[in-house]
Amino acid sequence: MFPIIFRRLALAVPLLVIVSAITSLLESFVPGDPARTILGINATQEQYDALRATLHLDKPFAEQYWLYLRDILHGDFGSSLFSGESVLALIGQRLPVTLILVIGATVLSTLVGVLLGVYSATRGRVSRRLFDIVSLLGSALPNFWLALMLVSLFAIRFPIFPATGYTPFAQSPGQWAAGLVLPVIALSIGGVALISKITRDAMLSTLGLDYIRTLRASGVRPASIVWKHALRSCGLPVATAIGITMIAYIPGTILVENIFTLPGLGTTVVDATNQHDLPVVQGVAITFTMLVIAINLLVDVLYSLLNPKVRVA
Amino acid sequence: MTAADPPVSVSSRKWTNPFAGIWRRPLTAAALAVVLTVTVAVILAPLLAPHPPLAQDLLHARGGPSASHPLGTDELGRDVLSRLLYGGRPALLGVGVAVSVYIVLGMSLGILAGYLRGWTDRVIVGLMDVMLSVPAVIIMLAVLAIFSQSNVAAMLTLGFLSAAGLARIIRSSCIALREELFVDAARVSGLSAARIMARHIFPGLVGLLLVQMCLFSGIALMVQTGLGFLGLATPPPAPSWGGMVGEASQVMEQSPSLLLISGGLIGLMSVAFGLLGDGLRDLTQDRRQGTGSRSQRPVPVAVAKDTAEASDTPPDAGVLAVRDYSIAFATPQGPRTVVDSVSFTVNTGEIFGLVGESGSGKTVTGLSLLGLLAPNGTVTGGSAWLAGRRISGLPERDLQRIRGSEIALVSQEPMVALDPNFTIGSQLSEVVRRTGAVSGGKDAVGQRVRELLSSVHLRDPDDIARRHPHELSGGMLQRVAIAMALAGSPKVLIADEPTTALDVTVQAGILDLLRSLRDERGMAIILITHDLGVVADSCDRAIVMEQGRIVEEGSVEDIFYRPQHPYTKKLIESTPSIARTEGRVA
Repeated sequence: MFPIIFRRLALAVPLLVIVSAITSLLESFVPGDPARTILGINATQEQYDALRATLHLDKPFAEQYWLYLRDILHGDFGSSLFSGESVLALIGQRLPVTLILVIGATVLSTLVGVLLGVYSATRGRVSRRLFDIVSLLGSALPNFWLALMLVSLFAIRFPIFPATGYTPFAQSPGQWAAGLVLPVIALSIGGVALISKITRDAMLSTLGLDYIRTLRASGVRPASIVWKHALRSCGLPVATAIGITMIAYIPGTILVENIFTLPGLGTTVVDATNQHDLPVVQGVAITFTMLVIAINLLVDVLYSLLNPKVRVA
Repeated sequence: MTAADPPVSVSSRKWTNPFAGIWRRPLTAAALAVVLTVTVAVILAPLLAPHPPLAQDLLHARGGPSASHPLGTDELGRDVLSRLLYGGRPALLGVGVAVSVYIVLGMSLGILAGYLRGWTDRVIVGLMDVMLSVPAVIIMLAVLAIFSQSNVAAMLTLGFLSAAGLARIIRSSCIALREELFVDAARVSGLSAARIMARHIFPGLVGLLLVQMCLFSGIALMVQTGLGFLGLATPPPAPSWGGMVGEASQVMEQSPSLLLISGGLIGLMSVAFGLLGDGLRDLTQDRRQGTGSRSQRPVPVAVAKDTAEASDTPPDAGVLAVRDYSIAFATPQGPRTVVDSVSFTVNTGEIFGLVGESGSGKTVTGLSLLGLLAPNGTVTGGSAWLAGRRISGLPERDLQRIRGSEIALVSQEPMVALDPNFTIGSQLSEVVRRTGAVSGGKDAVGQRVRELLSSVHLRDPDDIARRHPHELSGGMLQRVAIAMALAGSPKVLIADEPTTALDVTVQAGILDLLRSLRDERGMAIILITHDLGVVADSCDRAIVMEQGRIVEEGSVEDIFYRPQHPYTKKLIESTPSIARTEGRVA
């Protein structure tokens, strides 16, 4: 178990270096002068020089990047070119909404995906065919469009949930939850398709194994065979699917947050992209990369917990 | 026959058309038609569009379908059909750019790594690991923050970062191709590595590349239209598919059909890409397996009605009786009979041998008695009776009650016969609770588990119960499997090659155990085996099966000393240990 985790962490270092390098390299392409853009035309030369110094714009690129990397390692992600706000503070303020979406969608798609997958593996040909079609549509139809269809159905035609907006939990837990229902469902559709398909395939191959036959021959109830023994064996592929899904949900939040106007990292990064606010885009890119690394680590740990041979050894 | 078949070339890969046979798959053909039609229509937009995409006609805003506006107009009175045709251009251009980079880069990296191996391989694999972990979409946004509204720059980035996924797939099939004969032949004949890669490896990858191309096109389309929806890839008011979904979402209360049309078209294309990719993959696999386009669905087996009216009355002899029993499997070529009108009787306290080579139908017969045939297998005729009760044709619910408590199974491979995820104790407890008729709580179940493990002569049952299957040896596992089969005190135990997978030294111990269990419990054991030595050692009576029929039946002495059928004689002669066992029988 530990070698896998070390391998992951060893990969994390070059990954962060590369992501920050790509975004820094892009910065040298910024049209015009970022310092000028922020300060506007009425600033004094002193103000201008001071800002160039804080952004390291007076240094050659290699040094610029090195200083940026050093700042990141000290927890300094710079500040927004647009609002002057600290990028770290901005991320800290917006991250919770994104995390809630990702976690909520992961939980929902795991529950629904596993249930659907098991159901279709243990039922007949017709349900399998139907399942194939639903799973194809779920994974191929554009997520943002399905999200809009959900809005038009459950927020406009039948106004059950709010169409857009976010209520802080502290203000009203009920409205907070109601506002998250549609975004979480919209985000989880693709994941449900993937998890249910992997569960179905893993379940079908597991049900053909010898030990399942032994259990059947010993008179163990089908429900226990399917839900306890076979599903336990599907743990590894399903955990992999959940990991892939969760990683896909991170960029997925960009569209969903923008559709439902939720104050998360996804809306932040799109606004920053439109405003050429590179420090913010950089900060979000590094946050997303770290989230991907963290999820991969989580899946690795889950792996070793699910595999009795690794656990005992 | 006028012309001879062309000689098959071994030295180079024959070019196969990856689309061959597509017309026999209507769904794949339809998907291809959708992709081609939409692409051509979008390319020809200036010729096909009835109106300029930006022309506003505010008098006819939000109009329904009409002769001049076949799909109606949007909130500014612009023609929806024209905007869809023009709006496909940034979408398909973006997809084209991303797919080109994806294919060229992914293929080059994959073939280089997979064919050259060594250091090149290691460097490329390392690179791929990093590329696969970079969150592509966010890097695209960073690119868009610099190159504002640049569809091409963003989609180049997507293709570049996704190429690692393709490279990984190409690399592994390249490693497989490398080992094939024709590549060896090319290498021996002194062709350069570059030439071998271009002429011999690449053609073998075309099918795979097309499949990946279709699947990635779907992904790229989704990403491109997503960017368009966010207003990042195409500056308004120029039309784009994603942008049109965005515009439609602003007015979805007033004109919901706009959302259906714009998103529906993206969805249609995306589904078509997916179906096309899956269909081409199936076609490639079909060709590889040489099954052509023939339907792979097994032809079902018709269940014959019981012919003999006598089969409704139980045979009066034996704990287990099988009469005119036939089993068939559904295969793509039609039903195949694997057991043909077999009849035999097993008495209480008897070890009964079911002998034959693999494929003789002996294991299938045993499994069918438990109702555990594979899903494509069916009992097509005859009947089976257990203690006077008919068990063939029982519904699954009734079979569940019989299994374990009336008739039980010990299977061939003890190493895979137990659930690897649960301890021995946990699995045995579950079976005991289900079949063992144990009254009382946890302690009583635990006590019964210990008794069972002791009864199969395992020392330290408490320790064994705490272990996972992978911690025990094959011989110990087979004893555990026997204990599990005994949990419900069955009248008949079916042992399917119980010693085949074990060491010779362990085999004798298992056979001894089965004999002593028979003596203690007086149950009947059906011993399925190909090993005549085992039969001579342990069985009282036996039948010999060949190709689904019984060719020999009788006491073990009869079979060994007075074999009637040539097959039995051949079987005895071909068993090297028979001289030894013959001595023991006598």
